[in-house]
Amino acid sequence: MRFVWTVAWRLLRDGRFQTWLIVGGVTIGVAVVVYITAIIDGLQANIIERTLSSQAHVVLRPAERLNQRAWDARAEVRTLADVRKRTQREATIGDVDAVLAAVRAVPGVQAAAAVASGPGVAQQGGVRKAIVVLGVDLADFQQVIRLDDKRREGTLSLAAGEALIGSELASDLGLAPGARVRLQSASGEVLSVRVAGVLDYGVQDLNRRRVLLPLRDAQSLLGYGREVTEIDVRVQRLFEAQRLAADLSRVTGLSADSWQAANSQLLTALRSQSESGLMIRFFVTLAVALGIASVLVVSVVQRQREIGILRAMGTPRQRILAVFLLQGGIVGLGGSLLGTALGAALAVGFTRVARNADGSPLFPIVLQPELFVSSAALATLVGVLAAWLPARRAARLDPVEAIRG
Amino acid sequence: MADVLRLQGVRKRYGGGASPIVEVLHGIDLTLADGAFAALVGPSGSGKSTLLNLIGLLETPSEGEIWLAGQPAHAATEAQRTLWRNQYLGFIFQFHHLLGAFSAEENVLMPVLAGRGRIHADDRRRARLLLERTGLAAHAHKRPVQLSGGQQQRVAIVRALMNRPRLVLADEPTGNLDSRTAQEVFALLRELNRDEGTAFLIVTHDAGLAARCDRQVSLQDGRLVRDSARVA
Repeated sequence: MRFVWTVAWRLLRDGRFQTWLIVGGVTIGVAVVVYITAIIDGLQANIIERTLSSQAHVVLRPAERLNQRAWDARAEVRTLADVRKRTQREATIGDVDAVLAAVRAVPGVQAAAAVASGPGVAQQGGVRKAIVVLGVDLADFQQVIRLDDKRREGTLSLAAGEALIGSELASDLGLAPGARVRLQSASGEVLSVRVAGVLDYGVQDLNRRRVLLPLRDAQSLLGYGREVTEIDVRVQRLFEAQRLAADLSRVTGLSADSWQAANSQLLTALRSQSESGLMIRFFVTLAVALGIASVLVVSVVQRQREIGILRAMGTPRQRILAVFLLQGGIVGLGGSLLGTALGAALAVGFTRVARNADGSPLFPIVLQPELFVSSAALATLVGVLAAWLPARRAARLDPVEAIRG
Repeated sequence: MADVLRLQGVRKRYGGGASPIVEVLHGIDLTLADGAFAALVGPSGSGKSTLLNLIGLLETPSEGEIWLAGQPAHAATEAQRTLWRNQYLGFIFQFHHLLGAFSAEENVLMPVLAGRGRIHADDRRRARLLLERTGLAAHAHKRPVQLSGGQQQRVAIVRALMNRPRLVLADEPTGNLDSRTAQEVFALLRELNRDEGTAFLIVTHDAGLAARCDRQVSLQDGRLVRDSARVA
């Protein structure tokens, strides 16, 4: 039997209604925090997943060609010149194996694939559709961008003379796996390929235009020889892509664009959403803290005489202080345990209610163990901090005044 | 026999600053021997409660010295006064002031728990022994609200003695009881005084009870006007 624990617990147990009131407040507050966090994290993870399902995290391309001044003037000489941007033709990357090896050696890079891309036309039965040809090594490319979840028809293979085409292109040209289609590049080269499979990227433009070919077939169709137009990279940590892009650019001398740079508006929206969530969490936490503090202040006033008796019989101030701080911690921890359970139940309930037309959840909820641990730790800490003023007031009570009431 | 309490020229003033200064006690000299059984009597407003608060180390004197169990209480820090209250003193109030969230036995153990922070098996044995001696063994696990007024006051008396204090201060311990129960409670105080060897200073308005104490100290207008020990 220890004083601080015993007295704190007994007084809480004795003040049943107040205790349940305060625990109920913490429970609702923590439930709101857990629910909002789970929904926002789930929504953001889903948006990022969908955005990046058909995009590389970092894309390396040859640097833009710039017009150079023929003569550099001395500092004191002012020159008047109008330097226009040069017309860009499809630039390529040579010595692909060496560049790939250099890229893969950079810490944080998970996979890299060489891509030869260029414009073209697909013809079938007199219908011509503009396409974008992507020549890839399928095994390498799948390490960067998943395709198995996008296969709608046929097989996921790219042997010489085969192609994987987008679902809308297949529909527009009336193509199915096994059918042949004629492809023509901008330079006039022609290649007849067999459709191995039809893919659904979840993005209309890609479904309408993208044609995947084996790397060698695309290089010969587009006239690149042994060269490629870009290196697609997958990184280990998604949000380090921007930093890694700078590293990769330095290592390879190529221009590097991260997915963040390519989707800056989306990131701004996500950041705003996170900040809104943070504000909600802050004010809910503040409300919980004020709730705990106000109930404990009332409790101190009600227990004044008992505190006076305890002080009169020789209880040190610090022990009285510890009793009320512990009470704050207990209600914070208890409320947070109930609150995380309630918040998780609400979030799971949301996924059952909010569903797509096909019955699948609108988006998956992210309920990470860290969320429970951090919520419980935060609520306990808030409980202790909120109890500070009431506890100090209790510890400073003059026993004579307190007993007299 | 050693003195458990010695007061020399103790004065207590209140107020100051914006409010006028009022002196409630005007130079009190008093000694109490170990094992004494004394009554402190006097009309309302004579300064009894103030004197009891000073002796109980709940307040500090404006002037004079208070020696408790050989310790200079008048010069003690707040922490020392808290420690000495726990070690040397027991309190009995007019209203029992038991802690409602705890059983009778736990209330009795509270001074040990308050001072040391934890209790041992020996403490439990003593608490049960005291409860048995006062006829409360069967009520040890009851909450104060489940006990009669007399039983509550007996639990409060046992609680005051739990830490083997040198001096018990009792403020109108029978003031809230009917006459029969008051007699029983007084008899219990007397018995514990003899058996435990603890000194008692009992504030009472009841002249009959005061007469049955070994010594009567009378206070009037903040001055000791009569001390039967000195008269004798």
